[in-house]
Amino acid sequence: MKRRTLLATAALGLSLAFGGAAHAQDKTKACFIYVGPIGDLGWSYQHHQGALAVQKEFGDKVELAWQESVPEGADAERVMTQMALGGCDIIFATSFGYMDQVNAVAKKFPNVKFEHATGFKRESPNVSTYNARFYEGRAVQGLIAGKMTKTNKIGYIGSFPIPEVVMGINAYYLQAKKVNPNVELSVVWAFTWFDPAKEADAAKAMIEQGVDVIAAHTDSTAPLAEAAKSGGKVIGFGQASDMADYKPSPRVSSIIDNWAPYYVKRVGQVMDGTWDQVDVWAGIKEGEVEIGEITDAIPAELKAEAEAMRDAIAAGTYHPFTGPIKKQDGSDWLAEGATAPDGDLLGMNFFVEGIKGDIPK
Amino acid sequence: MLKLERRPTPSQFWSRATPVLAVALTVVAGGIMFALLGKNPFEAIRTIFWDPLFGEFAWYLRGQLMVKAGPLILIAVGLSLGFRAGIWNIGAEGQYIMGAIAGAALGLAVFPTENRLIFPAMVMAGALGGWAWAMIPAILKTRFNTNEILVSLMLVYVAQTVLAMASTGFLRNPEGAGFPGSRNFSGYEAARNGFLWEGAGLHWGGVMALATVVAAYVLLQRHILGFQIKLSGQAPRAARYAGVKPDRLVVLCLGVAGALAGMAGLFEVSGPAGQISIDFNSGYGFTAIIVAFLGRLNPVGILFAGLLMALTYIGGEMAATNLGLPSAAIQAFQGMLLFFLLACDLLTNFRIRLAKREAH
Repeated sequence: MKRRTLLATAALGLSLAFGGAAHAQDKTKACFIYVGPIGDLGWSYQHHQGALAVQKEFGDKVELAWQESVPEGADAERVMTQMALGGCDIIFATSFGYMDQVNAVAKKFPNVKFEHATGFKRESPNVSTYNARFYEGRAVQGLIAGKMTKTNKIGYIGSFPIPEVVMGINAYYLQAKKVNPNVELSVVWAFTWFDPAKEADAAKAMIEQGVDVIAAHTDSTAPLAEAAKSGGKVIGFGQASDMADYKPSPRVSSIIDNWAPYYVKRVGQVMDGTWDQVDVWAGIKEGEVEIGEITDAIPAELKAEAEAMRDAIAAGTYHPFTGPIKKQDGSDWLAEGATAPDGDLLGMNFFVEGIKGDIPK
Repeated sequence: MLKLERRPTPSQFWSRATPVLAVALTVVAGGIMFALLGKNPFEAIRTIFWDPLFGEFAWYLRGQLMVKAGPLILIAVGLSLGFRAGIWNIGAEGQYIMGAIAGAALGLAVFPTENRLIFPAMVMAGALGGWAWAMIPAILKTRFNTNEILVSLMLVYVAQTVLAMASTGFLRNPEGAGFPGSRNFSGYEAARNGFLWEGAGLHWGGVMALATVVAAYVLLQRHILGFQIKLSGQAPRAARYAGVKPDRLVVLCLGVAGALAGMAGLFEVSGPAGQISIDFNSGYGFTAIIVAFLGRLNPVGILFAGLLMALTYIGGEMAATNLGLPSAAIQAFQGMLLFFLLACDLLTNFRIRLAKREAH
């Protein structure tokens, strides 16, 4: 046996030994790695709420560990390796950018289960991916935005130009355009998930251009804080979390990511040994995407309309991407009455017709 | 009443003792902070400083220490040459990014050719990319007398934009289903910067960092150029009389720092990070400034400072995961280290005397 393989085997053997030791404690260890601080009151906060729900459900039978603000890249690989060595039975990697690291670490620890949020790579059988249909919530927001804007200018703070985000922008714009043909959308790319200063700057720039409804795909409350300074002229939405502190305005509604049911279910499956590889994409129907309270800053009629749309999406009678829809370049995408296949959405790298500007290439 | 009195010459003793004192004070103040957060301070400090080196998983973490310290040392040594000569390159982060992009671009351009020369060529390209990016502030300074602090710093933000363009555009993985980010080098043997042996933690970047420490030490101690660098920093006028050409020194110091930062970027992108992605840079270029000063701008000092910094990162992560410390507390802990170092530096140049209160 070559020296190299020998050492590798030794390392693996050691790790398995430690993994075994953790099992002997008869407690299941669920670990979470977050891209931002859990105090961001948005994305990471909401995942952590899911973690706490696991603790609440199983009490003493489960032990939690987590690491906040882990950059996507080499650091994530080290953190997850440490977690796996430290006896974690299941590791939830809660950001898109952990994708390659999750798969690399998962290969070295076949007995540890890995759950990767919003990813699509499942290179070994112990990796599952899960995602939420945020675009369903974006459609409801688009409806509100289209009706509420007085300047006919609405804005969207994009994080990274990945299909997930592009999908949200398209869903938001399509609904707004449907109820208000004069609406114009400006998109600002922040190239970050969490950076309150950058997010505030983006919001500020849009407000100066006359935008009066702002949606954000970043994790902090900074865009709402910026909107709050406008004296009621600018409204926005809670993103990932309810962001109820900004009720009733500027936060007029929100998309709440409710990961708790999924986390409780998956940790439970690890405990009773029924965990298997899945690729889940749940939405309003399953309760993974929730529409936060629509406040009184919205006229009652519009509120009812938005709630009706939410219920129609939940019932499966309405799909936010229903044809005819053309791509930005004028080519056909969906024919009359056709709904978007999931594959198209998950790889979405184009704007729909009418959106100005380019996706960064 | 305490009184500060300037020393006639900087104290040799305190110049060496302050890093140790700063670490000690950080441990005490950090311990108090951890205690206030309701954690056992001794356990927290042990987790940060002891466990990564001698704990249960030290066999893995010791290697990771070098992975983390390697780029810091490589960049910091380059920066220290300039800092000694009074040339303030704050933009190593940008040079690091551009080196990574240049080197990765070469590797990706020849994908999937397998040839032993590909990786060395990528290292050269990485150095060249970082060097070229550093030449912008260098030439602007020598030709138009612009401030290299501002120019090099601003170029970091330009480099980040180029990085975003690279990962969403010209270096994007054609098989990545529209997602940003380049191909992963881990699957490309000829271009991969793997560990020298499995689980070693030492990749070519680490080797390069160690070699650079030795080279810089020799340069500063034994070479006329090292003498000129030191002289320019301590007595710019005297340096000019001694025949040092300041412009040449600016180009040289920025160039070396840029090339080393560029190489660090290449080693990272082809090794631990694996691919060009939008947020590939994680602040090594800025942290290296701290490391350079923590190491007293001395190559050997920087070696230890880099390892210490890496220890606080890795130990800090462990403390966060195992003890539930918020990551902000770990960052504050690292901040304390720099703060105490700067505060203790006072002792190098000043003496503290007890003085009687003077009558008004």
